[in-house]
Amino acid sequence: MNRLVAAIPYARLLGIDVEETRTGTECLLPFRPDLIGNTGLPAIHGGVIGSFLEMTAIVRLLAESGLANVPRPITFTIDYLRSAGPRETRACAEIFKLGRRISHVRAIAWQDARERPVAAANGKFLMG
Amino acid sequence: MAADRKYAMRAVFGPAKFDIGRFTPHAGRLRMRVVETGPGFAVLALPWHEELIGDPQRRVVFGGVITTLIDQASGIAVACAMEELVAIATIDLRVDYLRAAAPERELFARAECYKLGHNVAFVRATAWDDEPDDPFAGCLGTFMIGSGSGGSPFSSVGRPDGGSQ
Repeated sequence: MNRLVAAIPYARLLGIDVEETRTGTECLLPFRPDLIGNTGLPAIHGGVIGSFLEMTAIVRLLAESGLANVPRPITFTIDYLRSAGPRETRACAEIFKLGRRISHVRAIAWQDARERPVAAANGKFLMG
Repeated sequence: MAADRKYAMRAVFGPAKFDIGRFTPHAGRLRMRVVETGPGFAVLALPWHEELIGDPQRRVVFGGVITTLIDQASGIAVACAMEELVAIATIDLRVDYLRAAAPERELFARAECYKLGHNVAFVRATAWDDEPDDPFAGCLGTFMIGSGSGGSPFSSVGRPDGGSQ
């Protein structure tokens, strides 16, 4: 999966990594100052968090479907639950329905503890 | 929005007068630029770059790049609707991908704050590559007004000198 992420230029720009953990596949977003959206807090850009969740959903879909092509988002909704501070962010995704045409995925991102998510997303993707 | 209302950002309304990268590091990293702002709205542009590709086969930008462009335009639109600048935070964004964005093209987004409440602002936005009336993405977003203790990152932009300091 890391090879796949490396093949996507924007995932490389963000510095996303994929890790196999005891509880399953997790994506990893190491902190970098150029990911900041709000310098006052400081907090990671909402668009970066959204992109990270979308990538996490795509990684999961590719692993489960075995497709070679990147699934295309139809609609993607992100709930911002807490500000994402200047540190590492992790995310995982769950597939609600793996369809032949459309799949439904939910992804969550957290920093300090998985029980305190910074953002959650719900996406529908066109497969193939 | 009434024309005689007070706007904290009025000094910079019109064609781009400020560099968004100075206020938002990630927008600067993506070389995003402000095209125009006005009462409760903002138009932003994102120049094409190979680094933004999300689908190597089709060479289209990653969906999340559109989220970033729209989130940025929406935040500025909310600031452009305020009488006095306070910090805001995105509550949620729903981005609909209407079609693929054309590869190797500059992308644009226009966001409009159509309701500014005491606690929450509501925004709608579209993004296009060629014609504004042929968008490739649409978005609805909500923003919390007066989040946290920090000030607005745009507080210096709204000053009459446009934040040139």
